[in-house]
Formats: sequence, structure tokens, C-alpha cells
Amino acid sequence: MQIKILGPGCRNCVALERVTREAVAELGVAADIEKVTDYGEIAALGVMSTPGLVVDGRVVLTGHVPTARALRELLAPLA
Amino acid sequence: MTATPGLRSRSTRLVGALALLAAAWVALLVANEHVWRALALAVGAEGALAGAVEFFVYDSVKILLLLVGLVFAIGMLRTTLRPERVRAFLEGRPLALSLVLAALLGAVTPFCSCSSIPLFIGFVAAGVPIGVTLAFLIASPLVNEVAVVMLADLFGWQLTAAYVGAGLTLAVLAGWGLSRLSLERWVEPFVLEAPVARLTADGHRPSLSERVEAARAETREIVGRVWRWVLVGIAVGAVIHGWVPTDVVAAYAGPDDPFAVVVATLAGVPLYSNAAGVIPIAEALWAKGMATGTVMAFMMATVALSIPEAVLLRRVLRPPLLGLFFGAVTVGILAVGLTFNAVF
Repeated sequence: MQIKILGPGCRNCVALERVTREAVAELGVAADIEKVTDYGEIAALGVMSTPGLVVDGRVVLTGHVPTARALRELLAPLA
Repeated sequence: MTATPGLRSRSTRLVGALALLAAAWVALLVANEHVWRALALAVGAEGALAGAVEFFVYDSVKILLLLVGLVFAIGMLRTTLRPERVRAFLEGRPLALSLVLAALLGAVTPFCSCSSIPLFIGFVAAGVPIGVTLAFLIASPLVNEVAVVMLADLFGWQLTAAYVGAGLTLAVLAGWGLSRLSLERWVEPFVLEAPVARLTADGHRPSLSERVEAARAETREIVGRVWRWVLVGIAVGAVIHGWVPTDVVAAYAGPDDPFAVVVATLAGVPLYSNAAGVIPIAEALWAKGMATGTVMAFMMATVALSIPEAVLLRRVLRPPLLGLFFGAVTVGILAVGLTFNAVF
């Protein structure tokens, strides 16, 4: 799956990337993780509160860092 | 609503757990009122130092308990209030109404300053007037739950209400004043050209357990960010309470000195991220005779005027508008300070 982490590089964005990498590793899925820091690009996806998570072109989460478990539950059906 | 029996018993358990937690929270608050005094008496601690330590422990525990409880409660209530919904509220309303709505929504919307740029682009590109968007950006840090909880505890509810009222008025008037100018020419062009996708609200009502989860995450995030500053602020406040003589502060920053308001506003600018720590210090200065309006101006300047915020906003605002924006907020804060000094 294609995963994009949206955020200019604040603390929460770094935390989201870490949690996402953990979740992907635990689920054992093959994923491309890319960071998006450009504000225009973030806004173009419709995200107004960072951090945001995009999976295969769809925004699945904005505005907070989920717990590892919540993120696994979110990603599992999309894999 | 039809719930399966399993779901219902789960949410009943959750309600029970929340009630237990609420009871424990109240018990801790009540215990905190008595336990430190009793402890000080038991070990025979006396004198200025013991008094300051007791004050520090008592006040830290009380404020942290209040913050955790109220941030959690507010977090549960506003689970549904995302910036996307705020934008939908603001679009296509008459200017006066949308300015007032923007200030009110800014006050209650969870907001992290690293989100201010995507939010600005999202609002403006969708057609929310720039002046209205700026009113939202002023109110959001100025009136927030951490500041309100700490103000109410340290300054009492009348002054807290006055602070909230003054903050909202400032946001509305500054937004209105700015909207008299044609601001588009001072916004970086890419903002106006940004293609804006819409995250459609799917009408999903969050369940109780989703609300609890969101509120927990928010409490962890907010309290995790401010607790150090709260402790530092209370410690410095305790030192001022214990050792700074009253007439020193009153002589330099009493109510008859309009210049003190200017100095207090400027002094607040470099203290931005430590707003939670500034309030206890402000309260100590106030108790030592600093005029009410001067204290208000100081606190408002710490939360509303910050250099990192200016650096961030520079990405979307050209220098003339950036200057006007911060100028308008500064003038507003000075006006609030002088008015409070004249009234209180």
C-alpha cells in the first residue's frame, strides 16, 4: 500500500510516522511510506489539521496521533 | 439507535468506569485541600520556605488535576468539532456574523500552531474571507481551555470571564478592521490558487468509546505538553509570593502607569510557548500590586504574539499583511490593558 504522512515536520508528525512504521511492520504488509511536507500539497488533499495520514490516495486520519492499536485496526482492512 | 446487547453492556461498563474516575478525581481534589497542611503540621515544618513548598505542592497538584479533568471533559464534548466543520459553518455568512462565529469557534476548536498554515490555506482557498480567517487565528490561541482553567483557579471567575470577553472582542474587531482592506494582494499567490479537496463529513456520530478515546488522546497531548511549564510557573510564582516585597511591584507597575502596559505587552512576546507557566507568575505579580490591566496585557501577549507563529505565517502572508496582523493584535492588547486598568 501507498502511505503518505502529511505534516510540516512538527512533533506530532514525527510521532505519526514512527507509529505508522511500527504498525506496518507488525501487520507485515508491504508499504511505501512517504512524507509530505509541502503546505500546498497538504491543503490540496483537504487536510486542515496536521498530522494527516493518507492510504492509497484516501485521507484516513487527521489532527491527532493514534495509539498503535487504533492504527493497526485502521490499517488492517486496507492492506 | 439500535445497539446489540454486547455493545450496550460495553458502553454501560464505560459509563461506570467514567463515573468511578470522576469520583476519584473529586476525592483527590478534596484530599489535596487538606493533606499538605496536615502533613506540614505533622512534621513540624514552619517558616517561609516550608510555606512556599506547601503552596507549590498544593497548587501544582490542584492545577494539574483541574487540567486533566477539564481538558478530558471538553475533549469528549468537542470530538465532532474539526476544522473542516468549522469551515462549513463560516462559509457564505454575512461578515459580522462570520467574524463572531470565527472568534467563538476559534476559542473552542482544538488547535496546534503547526496546523495554522494548512488551516489558513484550507479556509481561504475555500472562500472564507481572509479577515474572518485571521479572527479565527487570533481567538484560537488567545482563548483556550488551558488558559481558562488556570485563570479561573488563580484569578477567579469574574476576571476569567472578562479575559475571555476581551479576547473574543479583540479577535472580532481586529478581523473586522483587517477585512476593510483588500487583503488578497498580500497573500502569497499559491494560497489562492491551491486546489482544495473536501473531506466530506459522512454524518457518522462518534460513539461513547470513540469520544473517550479521542478525549484521552487530547488530554495526553495537551497536558503532556504543558505540565512542565505549569510546574516552573508555579515555582516562580511561589518564590515571588514568598520573597518579593509588595511595594516593589506596585511602585513600578501600579494602575497609574500606562507605560507599564506597553512594557508588559513587549515582555510577553518572547515567552510564547510557556503560556501555561506565565499565568501563575502573572498571578503572583498581580498579588504583589501589578495592575489588573497590565497583567491581562502581559498574559495576552504571551499567548497571542509569538515569533515562531510569525515565521510560520510568513509562508502564506506577505510582509505588509503580517505586519498589519501583528500590529492590530498588539494595539488590541494595549487597548485591553489600558481599559482594564481604567475599569478595575
